[in-house]
Amino acid sequence: MLLVALALLCVPATAQTFPAFSGLVVDTANILPADRKAGLEAKLQAFQQRTQRQLVVVTVPDLQGYAIEDYGYRLGRSWGVGLKDADNGVILIVAPKERKIRIEVGRRLEPVLTDALSSIIIRNRVLPPFKAGDMGGGIEAGADAIIQQLSAPDEQAKAEAAKAATQFDREHRKSSSNGGVPLGLIFWGFVVLFVILAMRRGRSGSGGPWGQRRYRSDSGGNGLVWLWAASEILNNSHRGGGGSGGLWGGGDAGGSDGSWGGGGFTGGGGGDFGGGGASGDW
Amino acid sequence: MSLSAKTRFALVAPFAAVALGGCGINSIPTAEENAKAKWADVQNEYQRRADLVPNLVSTVKAAGAQEKSILVEVTQARAAANNVRVSASDLTDPAKLAQFDRAQSTLGLSLQRMQEAYPELQSQAGYQTLQSQLEGTENRITIARRDYNQAVQSYNTRIRTFPDALGAKVFYGSKPMATFQATSVGAETAPKVNF
Repeated sequence: MLLVALALLCVPATAQTFPAFSGLVVDTANILPADRKAGLEAKLQAFQQRTQRQLVVVTVPDLQGYAIEDYGYRLGRSWGVGLKDADNGVILIVAPKERKIRIEVGRRLEPVLTDALSSIIIRNRVLPPFKAGDMGGGIEAGADAIIQQLSAPDEQAKAEAAKAATQFDREHRKSSSNGGVPLGLIFWGFVVLFVILAMRRGRSGSGGPWGQRRYRSDSGGNGLVWLWAASEILNNSHRGGGGSGGLWGGGDAGGSDGSWGGGGFTGGGGGDFGGGGASGDW
Repeated sequence: MSLSAKTRFALVAPFAAVALGGCGINSIPTAEENAKAKWADVQNEYQRRADLVPNLVSTVKAAGAQEKSILVEVTQARAAANNVRVSASDLTDPAKLAQFDRAQSTLGLSLQRMQEAYPELQSQAGYQTLQSQLEGTENRITIARRDYNQAVQSYNTRIRTFPDALGAKVFYGSKPMATFQATSVGAETAPKVNF
């Protein structure tokens, strides 16, 4: 028993396991009935589609000994809730065993969904139903309050989110044509072809002292051009090949094209969390 | 076949560039700037806490606090913490960082004592909201410190390991940066293990 405990102590923090990010409602503690779960998932997907912000509801059976604040931001970073650089994700975490709840707010949403407001939402909307035993109602009320606060128009945040969403779409959108054409690769292939042809012409044009001199200086320059073209190809083929025809394994919720605002579950966009939000317990 | 000097240079140059790049010419400044950016985050979060203090103190006063000495203590601790400034270039000096940490911990502890001194304030909604703001700030401080420690650890490892250590000694004269030590009780929440 002591050995097991010692082994547990030696496990580094990075070995912490999180539930899989399977949907916008992840109910691993099984406290939500199926119909409420489906309704909530639809509401959250519509919210993401409408505002580009991602709200996720998670219930965990066990915090694994971590404080919920600790657990919350690590979970947020691990799943990448919200868009990269727009950091516009929010997680509502409920831990029924430890009787703790937390709203974890992404970095850029902290001015909009402030700590004070999160605390008020938890105290006034979520905890009363929880104390009466209605977990589903409490979670739904909390989600509604968050959606209401985050649906208010905010021009600057919208611009940031739109930019980040375009970047996400470029990397994840499934292309409409089957077996997408890697345009980048083809373009750079042509460049290399022209370089080869130019080299050939340089060689065949030599004849006499002037021609020889030209040939010699050309070959040195061509060496550099080769390397530059090769590096450009490597850089661009990665982007070109990845952007077109890339199947992204996040699950297709019927009819969606994999883009951030296209409906359906997209998974995380790489959003960051800095510890904003509030906790409560009952 | 004899190659001209220019051709020889053209052939060698790419490999030289790659080799020099591997010596940490780019990676060391990148790691250092990352650590400095994380330090700026830490300072921001501590400043945020310092900004909350006057509000807290006036709320407690307005609620008719009997014992003034604790409020004076908090205000003084805040002034002392604001006076200890550590710039990014001071980060290689562990003593300066420890001094900063001590000043901030003193403020943190006196805030804790103030809250414990007035438990009757807990029932006021306005005070609860202020408290949630303070908790949020403390949480952010903890996370910013962790991120900073990680960034510094990654930088320190980089300047000590081959091949970046070559560039560190030759080009930059890099010194390791200091990390936060756990100075006060409850600075980090340790995972509980059930035996």
